[in-house]
Amino acid sequence: MSLIGRVRPVATAAVSAGACAHCGARLAPGQDRFCCAGCEGAHALVTGLGLASFYARQITEAGTLRPEGVAADLDLATFAEPLPDGTHRLDLVVSGLTCGACVWLVEQALAAEPDVLSARASLSARRLTVTWRGEAARATELGTRLARLGFRVAPWSPACLRATEDAEGRELVRALGIAAFGSMNVMLVSVAVWVGTDMGEATRHGLHWLAALIGMPVVLIAGMPFYRSAWSAIRAGRPSMDLAVSLGVLATALMSLSETVFNGPYTYFDGATALLALLLAGRVLDRAARRRARQSVAELLALQEGLVARLLPDGRTETVPVERIAAGERLLVAAGERLRLDGVAETQTLLDAAATTGESLPRTFPPGAALPAGAVNMGAPFVLSVTAAARDGSLAAMARLLERAEQAKGRFVAIADRASRWYVPVAHAVAAGTFVLWWGVLGSAWQVALVNAVCVLLITCPCALALAVPAVQVVAVGALFRRGVLVTSATALERLASADHAVLDKTGTLTEGRPVLIPDAQAEPVLRRAASLARASRHPLAQALLRACPDAPLAENVREVPGQGLESGTARLGSPAFCGLPPSADGMTLAFRDGAAPPVVFRFADRLREDAPGAVQGLKELGLGVELLSGDGEGAVAAVAWQAGVPEWRSGAGPAAKAERIAALRAAGRRPLMVGDGINDAAALAAAHVSASPAGATDLAQTASDLVLQREGLGSLPAAIRIARRAQAIARQNIGFSLVYNVLAVPMAVAGLVTPLIAAVVMASSSLVVVLNALRAGKE
Amino acid sequence: MDSLLLLIPVSLFLGFLGLVGFLWALRSRQYEDLDGAASRILFDDKPRKETPQ
Repeated sequence: MSLIGRVRPVATAAVSAGACAHCGARLAPGQDRFCCAGCEGAHALVTGLGLASFYARQITEAGTLRPEGVAADLDLATFAEPLPDGTHRLDLVVSGLTCGACVWLVEQALAAEPDVLSARASLSARRLTVTWRGEAARATELGTRLARLGFRVAPWSPACLRATEDAEGRELVRALGIAAFGSMNVMLVSVAVWVGTDMGEATRHGLHWLAALIGMPVVLIAGMPFYRSAWSAIRAGRPSMDLAVSLGVLATALMSLSETVFNGPYTYFDGATALLALLLAGRVLDRAARRRARQSVAELLALQEGLVARLLPDGRTETVPVERIAAGERLLVAAGERLRLDGVAETQTLLDAAATTGESLPRTFPPGAALPAGAVNMGAPFVLSVTAAARDGSLAAMARLLERAEQAKGRFVAIADRASRWYVPVAHAVAAGTFVLWWGVLGSAWQVALVNAVCVLLITCPCALALAVPAVQVVAVGALFRRGVLVTSATALERLASADHAVLDKTGTLTEGRPVLIPDAQAEPVLRRAASLARASRHPLAQALLRACPDAPLAENVREVPGQGLESGTARLGSPAFCGLPPSADGMTLAFRDGAAPPVVFRFADRLREDAPGAVQGLKELGLGVELLSGDGEGAVAAVAWQAGVPEWRSGAGPAAKAERIAALRAAGRRPLMVGDGINDAAALAAAHVSASPAGATDLAQTASDLVLQREGLGSLPAAIRIARRAQAIARQNIGFSLVYNVLAVPMAVAGLVTPLIAAVVMASSSLVVVLNALRAGKE
Repeated sequence: MDSLLLLIPVSLFLGFLGLVGFLWALRSRQYEDLDGAASRILFDDKPRKETPQ
């Protein structure tokens, strides 16, 4: 099981021939030790600090620790928290912190600074707490140092805190510890009673009292999580598994107590405490798996958390979280930055609105036009006058729409709950029938009848049933996690298994959602020269050019001409007009001119993901209908649909039309799986039977999704469906098995033949079988 | 049977010590970062600085 911390190298990142000495990525031909300049710098930094032993121990996936080509300057000074003794503290979420060696590297690299007092990273929460003596501005330098090592950092946000702060989880672990202690010590006494057939009655009575002394407090304390949940189930008027557990445990404990007082032959404290321990173990496992998924999502969101540059009256800027911006304030939007707020610009702007409308080509907005939050600035930096604060803006309106759609989805009932709806009343009816049978029909004393009735409750206590589904969930969620799929909702697997129709978004889902250089007849040295200029810019097209030639060195004396391009000596890279060519129609073109040589044009396009046709084929093989639903124009959508092998497509669908299409499918009795990444997909994602979003999706889409595919591409989606279906089949087997067990054991209990020994054997063996069966769920 | 009078309290006391130890570990947040603690122990280089929680 994944939760038992098994150390397994994901990929050997050790320094071997052909692998980058820092990040472990495969080297391109001609590269000596490092895959890029960033890695070379990082390696020099690590060895310079005397921390080179990191490389012998690192077990990260190859390429994780590659510093980004152009380090984004993250101003962290506003997030440093001053402490009363004049020092500062900063909490960061660190992405790429995947092994113990990384934790060590991060802590030691910061501790090497003379003014840093302490640095402590948590591997499970990916949280780093650093304190230093001195001023707040040091925060930015410390963050930059981590970025140079290849770790991506972001301020620790309230969302991360919600995901990790786990008071309820801690209470469950405590209850489990107490229940385990109690059951083992009661067993110590019980085994003596079971085997001690020659035991005197007084000794047995004494041992029963001892068992009661340990058992009663344990049942009362360790069972609290169940009692509380059962109480709310009673108030909601809906029987739940927890109600059955609570009744069974409490009735058994009380019956055993009265048997102890009146010196009866058997007490069942061992059964009650062992039952609690087993159930709590299942619950702790279930929670741990889901907590990890939640945390990873929170980490993804923190990395794209809204930080904006507020323009101060004196012309300087300061970095602040987006929530602190009020309507009317002015922000500086850098090239390539995503707009976080609705606003208007005083100048003409070129925006890529793919995330809000699904258009794949950037569009020019005239001065004064309303600019939608979520669009990406493809042109020069501009000043945005904010028209609505974050909580009143269009993104917040979309989030409210999501909430409503989510509530509608909340009606889905998990298979375990469906089983318990009729199981619990039946079990209680049988118990009541047993009492009536013994007391009314057979005429025995009411104490005997009660003991037998409670035995029925104990035997039917859904120990195996309560473990049946969570155990499968833990194993399946762990298996998906290792394949890079995060499961964020408790019933997501069940819904994924039953999906019968896949609706795919185009931009960013089937395609990469970012410009890629179309290979043309450009000469290699020209490309290299242009890429070395491009290294100086954060513009998306420049970045795309750099990706096509990643090892180009930074050109000297690069000067940025706002809104036009870059200049270095006689070389120019920028818009076609900047290089003396007619402007391009779609804005997806860069021109390069070196002195008097004729200009060279680089064209870019959004490319189909490599694994998209394979993923579509995989979905079809699983029996799902596949369709493409995009807000883009007809031609682009039809081309992508043909390339990816999608038979059915719809173009020009806005956010509302997408949600309507999903609703229509549901009304027709289909169970749609929606896959999308944009803000315009969020409502459809929330309305669908089950939803997934690819890596790099907008934060709104990721929160609306049940599954987040962490690796690039859609390849893991068919595998995830296969695992979900297998997990569902095993969960059903488990439920069926525990029901069969009950059918065999309940008649014994009704007949009054169940001794504490038999109860213990039945309970332990059925739970073991269910858990062992669940372990198969991880295989594809 | 007299041995029971001694052995049962002794065993219970030892078990209780274990429980108290567990609760103390839980309270002092030693269960917060199980993955980190598992690998941290493998680094035997002396830390440059105390890194308290």
